Amino acid sequence: MSDFIEPYFEYGKEWLPLLVKAMGTTALLSVSAFALSLVFGLLLALCRNAPSRALSHFVTVYVSVVRGVPLLAILFLLYFGLPGIGITFDAFTGAVLGLAFAFAAQVAELFRAGLMAIPKGQREAALAVGFTPFQSFTLIVLPQVVRIIIAPLIVTFVSLLKDSSLASLITVNELVLTGRAMATEYFLPLQIYLAVGLCYFFIAWPFSLLSRRLAPAVG
Amino acid sequence: MNPLLSVTGLRKSYGLVEVLKGIDFEVAAGEKIALIGPSGSGKSTCLRCLNFLEKPSAGEIHLDGERIGVSLGRQMSDRQLAPQRAEMGMVFQLFNLWPHLSVTENVAIAARKVRGLSAREAQELALEMLAKVHMTHRADASPLELSGGQQQRVAIARALAQKPKLMLFDEPTSALDPELVHEVLKVMEELAAEGRTMLIVTHEIAFARDIADRVMFLDGGTIVEQGPARDLILSPREARTQAFLKQIRH
Repeated sequence: MSDFIEPYFEYGKEWLPLLVKAMGTTALLSVSAFALSLVFGLLLALCRNAPSRALSHFVTVYVSVVRGVPLLAILFLLYFGLPGIGITFDAFTGAVLGLAFAFAAQVAELFRAGLMAIPKGQREAALAVGFTPFQSFTLIVLPQVVRIIIAPLIVTFVSLLKDSSLASLITVNELVLTGRAMATEYFLPLQIYLAVGLCYFFIAWPFSLLSRRLAPAVG
Repeated sequence: MNPLLSVTGLRKSYGLVEVLKGIDFEVAAGEKIALIGPSGSGKSTCLRCLNFLEKPSAGEIHLDGERIGVSLGRQMSDRQLAPQRAEMGMVFQLFNLWPHLSVTENVAIAARKVRGLSAREAQELALEMLAKVHMTHRADASPLELSGGQQQRVAIARALAQKPKLMLFDEPTSALDPELVHEVLKVMEELAAEGRTMLIVTHEIAFARDIADRVMFLDGGTIVEQGPARDLILSPREARTQAFLKQIRH
């Protein structure tokens, strides 16, 4: 047991700053990608309900394609594939975009379900008092949608956070890649990957608690 | 004197079904009009066409001399319609209060966002309107905590806060438990006494008789008969009106 614990005391001072920095990268990556996926997802959900057939078909196709393709394939395509036609990103940007595109499909489905749950009369009453369609949406409809889907949105964020580990495979220096480099350097994979896992847990745990608190009470 | 509201040749079709087959009427400022008729007669559609929640298929609507919903020969977008809709207060059958806002916010928000009042002015206005519907004591409540009758009174306050030229009531008591109907009708009676212009789609025949200056009976998408409330309800001329009123009394 002491063999297992000892390295933490011996190298803790060296590991901690490395892990904290990598946690920062993971957090920034996840938050940026999630913010972007909220924007994409909302736009997709709105396009799906749009009067234009072409737009709503596009969304249906987008959602089914993105859901059917592994995230890793999307990341490889963006980072290693697109330079072939002259489009290049740095690894971090590529990871943000890939995660955002992939999770936008899930976020869009959440928004769509939320939008369907709002009775038509809510918007009508908003238009009737003299709100523009934009005001009706932002002041009356959207806040209610967000309340309905906030818990599953947070769950989605947590799974994005965990999937952000795939960004290590396109060279983003986040938690997993940092952990791998440390494991190679110190030959202590058990202790190091355990620490990496704990780092994810520390970021995700508060959100899991939050989503459970915000979930609508059953019964 | 020009009428406050004039409606000419109003038609509305859904696909092949024509729900309104040419409606014409005028409303003078301060007049109270009840629209009655069997369900499916088009009376709610007619009311909803006035503020373009339903887009009429044909016809003209003028409020205070201004053509509603059409500008330079083109149908207005919802964005362009917003200021015109603000001139008409609407009360819905299902209240349609916004559950994420407090009672006061429901009444105050449009004053701020549409008419540009400050937060304090809007708040004061909201409390004033809530007083009119006897709901000041629940100002901080959520609409979800209120009874149907209370919700509808708040919805009336919300419409009043628009300072509308015209109040539209779309079956305001139809969704209420019988014992809650009275409190809403009483509020509407008080508004009528203030000399407001009101258009009321209702099944409350006795209320229409006592409150309205004029009653219009709609059936099959046309105005079958109209006249002073008492005359029409107590001695209708048309056979269809007689049949409807007889049915509703039983």
